[in-house]
Amino acid sequence: MSSDGHHSVISGLGGEVSAHTDVKVSHCYQCGKCSAGCPLSEEMDYPPSVIMRMLQTGNPYLEQKVLSSFSIWVCLTCEMCFARCPMSIDIPKMMDFLREKSLNEKKANPKAKEIIAFHKSFLDSIRYTGRLYEIGLFVDYKARTLKILDDLALAPKMMKRGKLNIIPELIKDRSGVASIFRKAGKKNKN
Amino acid sequence: MTLGFYPGCSLKGSSREYAESVLAVAKAFDINMEEIKDWNCCGATAAHNMNKELSLALPARILSLAEQQGLTEIVVPCAACYSRLTVTKHEMANNADLKVSVNEVNNLEYNGTVDVLNIVQMLDKYIIPNLSGRVVKPYDHKVACYYGCLLVRPHEILKFDREEDPQSLDELMLKAGATPIDWAFKTECCGAGLSVSRTPSVGRLSGKIIGDAVDRGAEAVIVACPMCHSNLDMRRDAINTYLGEKVEIPVLYITQAIGLAIGLDRKALGLQRHFVKVSV
Repeated sequence: MSSDGHHSVISGLGGEVSAHTDVKVSHCYQCGKCSAGCPLSEEMDYPPSVIMRMLQTGNPYLEQKVLSSFSIWVCLTCEMCFARCPMSIDIPKMMDFLREKSLNEKKANPKAKEIIAFHKSFLDSIRYTGRLYEIGLFVDYKARTLKILDDLALAPKMMKRGKLNIIPELIKDRSGVASIFRKAGKKNKN
Repeated sequence: MTLGFYPGCSLKGSSREYAESVLAVAKAFDINMEEIKDWNCCGATAAHNMNKELSLALPARILSLAEQQGLTEIVVPCAACYSRLTVTKHEMANNADLKVSVNEVNNLEYNGTVDVLNIVQMLDKYIIPNLSGRVVKPYDHKVACYYGCLLVRPHEILKFDREEDPQSLDELMLKAGATPIDWAFKTECCGAGLSVSRTPSVGRLSGKIIGDAVDRGAEAVIVACPMCHSNLDMRRDAINTYLGEKVEIPVLYITQAIGLAIGLDRKALGLQRHFVKVSV
């Protein structure tokens, strides 16, 4: 028996979460404060406390549901759940792990397409210039999602106020940053 | 005196008025802000959502560069960058293996010798002690100080202010001559990184924040984060759609409000760049 108590999860996805993040899903006693305080609960398929419960069961079917849930992507990492958890369970840290795993195993929920496209466009911008190039980000995001008309009115208004750079800011050591992406991205082909 | 400065991407683009106001206030108090040379993006939400190693390597590169430049204290006005840099420092300090692997990825030495200050800490430490005689135009308005998420959470790592009812911005605004109000949405999330991919969600979350500030009689919302600012200001159409009415409360960066109080020029503080007209 582990020192963690009689209902600790040692195998399955809960065990993986614990090994990679130190977050123990067994510590959750289902008070529901995370779900009550989560600003995105109502847009989720499973609120945070239910995700915790699904992982506690160790049921592979439910674990797959977690990895392909919309919840893990619409989570904003606002950290409210962690702040209010009476057991100090770092749910946002767990969410980061679940997102990366869901992506690596190509299990991301189709409803999260735009959210993931935005992250990819964002990272691509940094990979090539070292800094975020906002116009490039918008164009790349539109190409990925075909949401051509969204926010079209915003760009000229931002331009008028001097809030958009036409030319990207290029750092000098771009090859150094590209190398960081290559090395850190070895496990992650996205 | 000189302080290190990490502006981050937003302050060079869509939130340049935040940088303008930070630099204007620093200059007024004879503080030289020395930018970290060849800094990169911290990786923001995208990196920690997609790739943990990358989300630590990018901020670590920034901190390593600051060390190389001989800086011991850097000011990071963006709450999101501040969070990523502080979390990285924390993780590197508590995990020797991680430090080795990040240094290897970055091909740079990281020693952890640089202190990271958010804007409130910078103002508290270097501006407030000299502020009293300098307030020539007290910002005599009722203000709702909005902290958002990343300035105060997670407390375990940031160890800054209270998580549910923080006071640091309120105290600064009090010293600038304002009347901070009590309200319920100080630390609720604005919708942050969903601004582009799920704009209506941002309309709802930011709408609740703006709605409560207005209902309680605030004349301005005061922020310390470019993401919060762009959601509360640039996304006002989505907010108005959610609220079902047109609300015109302006959103100011803390450094803009303090700049006004010490009599700096409105244009030097970038107030003309906002979407919602700053009438106060």
